[in-house]
Amino acid sequence: MISANLSAIFYLISGVLFILALRGLSSPETSRQGNLFGILGMIIAITVTFLSIGNFSNGFVFVLVFILLGGSIGAFIAYRIPMTAMPELVAGFHSLVGLAAVFVAISAFLNPEAFNLGTVGKIKLGSLIEMSIGAAVGAITFSGSIIAFLKLQGIMSGSPITFKGQHPLNAIILISIIILIYLLCSTQSSNLFWILLVTSFLIGFLLIIPIGGADMPVVISMLNSYSGWAAAGIGFTLENTALIITGALVGSSGAILSYIMCKGMNRSFFNVILGGFGATEETSSKSNKEQRPVKSGNADDAAFLMKNASSVIIVPGYGMAVAQAQHALREMVDTLKKNDIKVSYAIHPVAGRMPGHMNVLLAEANVPYDEVFELEEINNDFANADVAFVIGANDVTNPVAKTDPQSPIYGMPVLDVEKCKSVLFVKRSLSPGYAGIDNDLFYKENTLMLFADAKKMTEDITKNL
Amino acid sequence: MEIDPLIFRLSIFILSIFVGYYVVWSVTPSLHTPLMSVTNAISSVIIVGAIIAGLSGNSDTIFNTSSIFGFLAIALAAINIFGGFLVTQRMLAMYKKKKKDK
Repeated sequence: MISANLSAIFYLISGVLFILALRGLSSPETSRQGNLFGILGMIIAITVTFLSIGNFSNGFVFVLVFILLGGSIGAFIAYRIPMTAMPELVAGFHSLVGLAAVFVAISAFLNPEAFNLGTVGKIKLGSLIEMSIGAAVGAITFSGSIIAFLKLQGIMSGSPITFKGQHPLNAIILISIIILIYLLCSTQSSNLFWILLVTSFLIGFLLIIPIGGADMPVVISMLNSYSGWAAAGIGFTLENTALIITGALVGSSGAILSYIMCKGMNRSFFNVILGGFGATEETSSKSNKEQRPVKSGNADDAAFLMKNASSVIIVPGYGMAVAQAQHALREMVDTLKKNDIKVSYAIHPVAGRMPGHMNVLLAEANVPYDEVFELEEINNDFANADVAFVIGANDVTNPVAKTDPQSPIYGMPVLDVEKCKSVLFVKRSLSPGYAGIDNDLFYKENTLMLFADAKKMTEDITKNL
Repeated sequence: MEIDPLIFRLSIFILSIFVGYYVVWSVTPSLHTPLMSVTNAISSVIIVGAIIAGLSGNSDTIFNTSSIFGFLAIALAAINIFGGFLVTQRMLAMYKKKKKDK
């Protein structure tokens, strides 16, 4: 058994190692080392917990059994999961953090002596407040992430589910959660504790159902943030520095990512959270969606255009992930490079279903990360490029965002694809994108539509090059 | 008058939020997905609470309602710790620089 002071210092060290783990991600070179810092921090935290309890008698074996059980499931998932399923995986993992926070809070509520929080029915007020906040946020994280997971996995429809009185209902539930926490702290009633948990599960569910599929980057980041706050709440209850530091880090990390994602769509956080985007605009856009002429071509035409180009910019989007076209795409690019054509990739901040989604897929296909550029870095290059190859992206290339103040996406930063000499647009059909609006780019003089599955088309182009 | 220990924890919390703010802004956007998976893994340090909960039973009853919730939380957090760190490792291993052979 080690003293409380010593273990507190070790918890602090593991907190610092977690900071270094995030710091490592500032560049791909240092990131792998950063991840090792994180692992080291975790090992220290767990070891110190064992040492500080010092009771190696009977329960200890079961602790190891459960760690090994969970650990092997986790390792199995980590090695088997395809990179395209990363958003689902992260949503699933968030739900587990939330549920673990709830379970720890339940355990502490039922047996406060073990945590030095007082006795049943007489839990220290401060601890009870922290515990109930941690439990409520954990429960919201859990049910919210489950819905996000189901939507991303396609088990549940990605379209927003809205009903009348949705927002007032959510507001009432949120207020009642606060009242419940207050009552729970003044009465210590265990019934109220269970009601609080059920209500929190319910609101997590209700908050996420109205949010549509393409807003998932914001939702995942937000739930990431929540899982951090839940951990911090439990950290306060347990008076554990490692947990408090980590909770704060993860909480602010998720919040920053949500902010970046919202900015990438030029929408306010509340606009995303209130949901319903993409469902309501349908009627307004139908009126002017009359037949306009488009030029469509085949793989041969596309190959011809690219062969005669000296520089090509590739714009990937969620469609590339769905079609699993990243490897085929890289093969096409390899062929282009052999013909001395300069190729770079342009990534919009909200391309895909989670922050950085496209970068991971391209990295998986062995695309060097120094050929991949963010919106601000590459947007001026479109004017000098010969061909833009849009694969699976749509709304993020729509010039309407710059020209039409009436458009729901007006003001959203977009890639200046239309400035290229010619645009190749791989898409299954002319159907509008997530925002429910038509893309002006389809009808431009210099746009050639390639109607096909992204992977199939890319392979065909490679054959024709 | 003595300062409540809660205030110290609150100070750590607030300062960590600021540290997190500046550290995360310096994360390159191409690594945002690994950032999410690694934050997932480290937030599972909640396992320390789960371990305390799991070992809360006395010597004759290892399993009571409270410790069972603890053991379940240990398993959940362990899935996240192993899954989160390993999947991050797997992703980061894929980020390669252009070979300077041309």
